[in-house]
Amino acid sequence: MMTYISEILPSLISGTGMTLSIFFWTVIISIPLGILVGLGMLTKFKPLTWVINVYVLLMRGTPLLLQLIFVFYGLPIIGIVFQRYDAALFAFILNYTAYFAEIFRGGLQAIPEGQYESARVLRLTNWQTLRRIVIPQVVKIVLPSIGNEVINLVKDSSLVYVIGLGDLLRAGNVAMARDVTLLPLALVGVIYLLLTAVCTLVLRRLEKHYSYWR
Amino acid sequence: MLELKGITKKFDGKVILDNVNLTVQDGQILTIVGPSGAGKTTLLRCISGLSPVDGGQFRLDGQAFDPATNRDNDAVIGVVFQDFQLFPNLTVLQNVTLAPTMVLKKTTAAAEQEARELLKRLNLDGKADLYPYELSGGQKQRVAIVRALAMHPKLLCYDEPTSALDPDLRKEVEQIILSLKQEGMTQIVVTHDIPFAENIADQMLRVEPKQA
Repeated sequence: MMTYISEILPSLISGTGMTLSIFFWTVIISIPLGILVGLGMLTKFKPLTWVINVYVLLMRGTPLLLQLIFVFYGLPIIGIVFQRYDAALFAFILNYTAYFAEIFRGGLQAIPEGQYESARVLRLTNWQTLRRIVIPQVVKIVLPSIGNEVINLVKDSSLVYVIGLGDLLRAGNVAMARDVTLLPLALVGVIYLLLTAVCTLVLRRLEKHYSYWR
Repeated sequence: MLELKGITKKFDGKVILDNVNLTVQDGQILTIVGPSGAGKTTLLRCISGLSPVDGGQFRLDGQAFDPATNRDNDAVIGVVFQDFQLFPNLTVLQNVTLAPTMVLKKTTAAAEQEARELLKRLNLDGKADLYPYELSGGQKQRVAIVRALAMHPKLLCYDEPTSALDPDLRKEVEQIILSLKQEGMTQIVVTHDIPFAENIADQMLRVEPKQA
């Protein structure tokens, strides 16, 4: 059995590379975008909030799988062609930005008006208030929810399978079909568990880091 | 000396403050009393620049000024909020030094030294490195006072300073306000607590709810 595992491990590891690449870039790009879109939801400029609300409704209200298929198989019909990997990343970033935006909006709204007023009578500028008072508090508030989404993302990345990208799940599936054994899928499960365990650990650490104030 | 001339404030067309005139002499204490909804806090918010007024004029030492846009001159008005509004993510010392370093451009060392002296004066020795959640209500209020004093205000405003405190802490607030008066601080105190107001006031302003 060990020899079999060592035989299929390289392909699983290369699949894990694809999974991590989708995961990594989505997190790196979606979180800052989510902050911007979240701020946009709170502006008083109605057309902007309206556009953002429609965007968030679409992204959260339809399956990510549909969005993936739409971007890769649908858009070429109207002449917009993405490479497989780019299509996956594009769909994931659009989708996750919407979730992150909602989280940041909630976090920003949780800061009491009095904190802004208190900063204002001390004559801090808006930027100083945001940087020293609002953002540190928002980060602490949103961390658990962000963590949830990040762990979801590890598992959601397996959806790229449907547009033919060679991720971890696909590597396992191919090995199972070829060798008629359950072992590859079990290994795939173990690797996903390891990935989410690492994320959970990092997030716990972060939450603990911010527990010095309440 | 702070003068208010014909200050008027409306919310959605409803008149909250109608032609308020008053003068606070330097080093004196004005208390603003009246029932809930009479506009006490609104008046304080106008004086401290948190709400723009719809009419009238403020004068500080004879100079006209608009508290709502008063960001860059040094006609400073300090505010101690009812619920203190300390910054929970900063230590007591950081709460006090944040504005002096960022707004007055003091060095950290100078701001910290002054902050520690002020903290000591208000009996907050040894609390500098605690976070607000580790303080009692009375201690939080004293930190809020120190934070305002560190900006060297010409005028210090309090919104309902006794309402969030245990009754036996009322005396303590009285003493703090009176001792600041001895140092020459001009103070305005909004309260619904008449005996407390009478104990500290040089001048009392009663506001009544406007008829709708």
